Amino acid sequence: TPCCAERGCFAAADRIRKASRAFSSAPAGASEPQDGLEKVGGVRAGDDELDVAIVGGGMVGLAVACALSNMPLTKHLRVAVIDSNPALKSTNYLKKDGIPDSRVSTVTPATISFFRDIGAWEHILQQRHAFFGKMQVWDYTGLGYTRYNASDVCKEYLGCVVENKVLCNSLLLRLQEQKEDIEKMVYPTRLVSLAFPSKSRNVGVAGLKPPSTEAEELRRSNLVKLDLSDGQTLYSKLVVGADGSKSNVRQIAGIKTTGWSYPQSAIICTVEHTAENDTAWQRFLPSGPIALLPIGDNFSNIVWTMSPEEASRHKSMSSEDFVMSVNRALDFGYGPHPNSSSLDHYVERLFSDFGGTAASTKECFEVPPRAIGLISERMAFPLSLMHSHDYVSKRLALVGDAAHTVHPLAGQGVNLGFGDAAALAKVISEGVSVGADIGDLSLLNRYENDRKGANVAMAAVLDGFQKMYSVDFGPLNVLRAAAFHGAQYISPLKKNIISYAMGDRKSPLFS
Amino acid sequence: RPLRSDATDSRAPPPWSPPAPLAQQHTMLRRVAPPLRRALASSAVPHRGGARLLDPGLSSPHALPPQWRRWASAAAASSLPPPPPSPPQGPPRHAGGGSAASSLNPAEVAKFAAIAETWWDSQGPFKPLHLMNPTRLSFIRSTLCRHFRRDPYSAKPLEGLKVIDVGCGGGILSEPLARMGATVTGIDAVDKNIKIAHIHAASDPTTASIEYCCTTAEDLVKENKQFDAVISLEVIEHVANPLEFCQSLSALTVPNGATVISTINRSMRAYAAAIVGAEYILRWLPIGTHEWSKLVTPEELVLALQRASISVEEMAGFFYNPLTREWSLSDDTSINYIAYGIKKSEAPSATPQ
Repeated sequence: TPCCAERGCFAAADRIRKASRAFSSAPAGASEPQDGLEKVGGVRAGDDELDVAIVGGGMVGLAVACALSNMPLTKHLRVAVIDSNPALKSTNYLKKDGIPDSRVSTVTPATISFFRDIGAWEHILQQRHAFFGKMQVWDYTGLGYTRYNASDVCKEYLGCVVENKVLCNSLLLRLQEQKEDIEKMVYPTRLVSLAFPSKSRNVGVAGLKPPSTEAEELRRSNLVKLDLSDGQTLYSKLVVGADGSKSNVRQIAGIKTTGWSYPQSAIICTVEHTAENDTAWQRFLPSGPIALLPIGDNFSNIVWTMSPEEASRHKSMSSEDFVMSVNRALDFGYGPHPNSSSLDHYVERLFSDFGGTAASTKECFEVPPRAIGLISERMAFPLSLMHSHDYVSKRLALVGDAAHTVHPLAGQGVNLGFGDAAALAKVISEGVSVGADIGDLSLLNRYENDRKGANVAMAAVLDGFQKMYSVDFGPLNVLRAAAFHGAQYISPLKKNIISYAMGDRKSPLFS
Repeated sequence: RPLRSDATDSRAPPPWSPPAPLAQQHTMLRRVAPPLRRALASSAVPHRGGARLLDPGLSSPHALPPQWRRWASAAAASSLPPPPPSPPQGPPRHAGGGSAASSLNPAEVAKFAAIAETWWDSQGPFKPLHLMNPTRLSFIRSTLCRHFRRDPYSAKPLEGLKVIDVGCGGGILSEPLARMGATVTGIDAVDKNIKIAHIHAASDPTTASIEYCCTTAEDLVKENKQFDAVISLEVIEHVANPLEFCQSLSALTVPNGATVISTINRSMRAYAAAIVGAEYILRWLPIGTHEWSKLVTPEELVLALQRASISVEEMAGFFYNPLTREWSLSDDTSINYIAYGIKKSEAPSATPQ
């Protein structure tokens, strides 16, 4: 019987036990040095067996890796990042001079505190970034405007605009600080195929093979098999799909999505001013919003959403014409400047009783700074909404754009992704603390339950805005104008909106 | 709580009338189930430190939940006459088989053997255990980290500790303990469970080192095995003789070691939730999994463990929130509860009584 063989082990254990009776006086955590490999009755788990394989080394993928390496319960996990982007080999700060990249993101304070927690924010501060404390939103009808100020909610800034490559670089530098063997952690290849564990892979071959190979096969049949383009094969307990909106991992796993394309494309580029810009400006035009975001020094980033035909026309026109077009769009084109009326001041006084007046209700409409030159190439992207039906399945979790994409009109997209990264790392940490298998579906479901609600709500709000602002219809225009006026002059509502957009609240209306 | 009867038929409670010698005992004992009460009164069970039934010095009673402290101090204050010679043990509930010291009850064993294959099906009959598992493990982790003075932020806080999971079933508890670094031994009475546990554990290198054995706590005691921590969750309500079982668990624990036991309270709420709710309405468990009369109340468990030289330090209840479908720890021990105790060290001489 199996017991008889084990009695010998018990006897040996008895002898060892007597020697170690004074366990309570042993220093905490005393054990044999972990060399990162686990023994299985003499057989070691190989270098190609991982705990977490992150497919996609973009901002969100690197954020997951960084968060895991930062938390005490998960820092011992074997994590790998699979991405062929050569930028992942960088080891330096990116210079602050030179032309800012057009691909930028607006990070909310919630994201900034996540970056602080994982220790990457200090690296961002060493590279180009731009905090802004004011925001102005209005539309072409000239019927209303809203100004937001960070002091409305007693904060110092509403957000920070950072180039995407700076975000990635900072996360990478933080990872390098934490792990000496970062070379082994980043696999500069592409994923070719994935095989999830299934009943058919569980079939073992009895007897003929040496026990170490059988044990290895049994172990590997329970892990996800990743085939890479350079011929390597990896096995992992958990695969994190962070490979963007056209996620390969999501397609292989067969997870369905819902969504639609917006009849819009976005043009992005960098422009220069005569002086520094400290405000985020957004004007809704008949075919879509134009946003002017400060990026640092005298530069600003433009995100201009319009119909695809307009987009290709704007992309191909000369840069002087484009700059004139931008200034028109931000200033006097399409409609008049808005101004306040006596009704507005009445409403402001009425609502100032409920929780105090926000500083920005007193601010008048301002015209954005003129662009004096275009200093980067113009890029155009089609826009769409996409939401994955499931964020997780057995041994798989999707984060960032692989799980959801939203309209860029409020700069929320990557912030949702960073929220996913933080939530997933926390769930994995909780799993490790109770000794769970980190690929277990019931554990991963906790991540999905946490994030899906928030992401769907934000996507719906942004979709609502997109639809509301894309129709030029008299009564709807007046309704929108009323909304602008309301948000400008009703302080409690304004504070709620700002807090929601900053990531401090879960819902814009109800707390 | 309803008063219990002397009848061994557990289904229909006949009117209660206490046997004469026991009427002189502490009033709390009225709530103790008949076989347990007789066993406690019996001088056949050796207890340390003299003839006292109740040890007056419950260590750190403040660690017990509020409803316990009153009872603990009342118990401490009582001074009881030495127990009278015991009436003969009533007809045993188990249908023969095994020695008198065995905790096996063949009917219970058969119940579990029938559903052995479904252990790792998280939607099957063991679904409530899978759902409850992380909550139980967080209690075990925090109490054992404190007991053995380990770093609570370590990924493997139980490294180097020998832990036994008594009644391990398919290994639902043993595997996470092994992942937390412990050297785990799992024992179970049902051979099928051991086989399934072995196969499932082999697929992960950290859990493949778990020793599984088809044996009972009593047999291991005879082999003089001892462990730093003895854990037996959701087992005591299925054994034939809970008192003997506690004695075996105690014998398996090294002095100053930790013992963790969880079970279901014998209360009306537990009847409604764990039996009617879980078995008949939600159909989580096959009907008949738990017999209400075999459930053990926290008071009885503490008493039984005290008799076995284990002092209960902490106790917590679990409760299930059907809206969020999550289990969480609480102070309310009226349905499921878990207790952590420390085995007393072997003092060379008894303290004066």
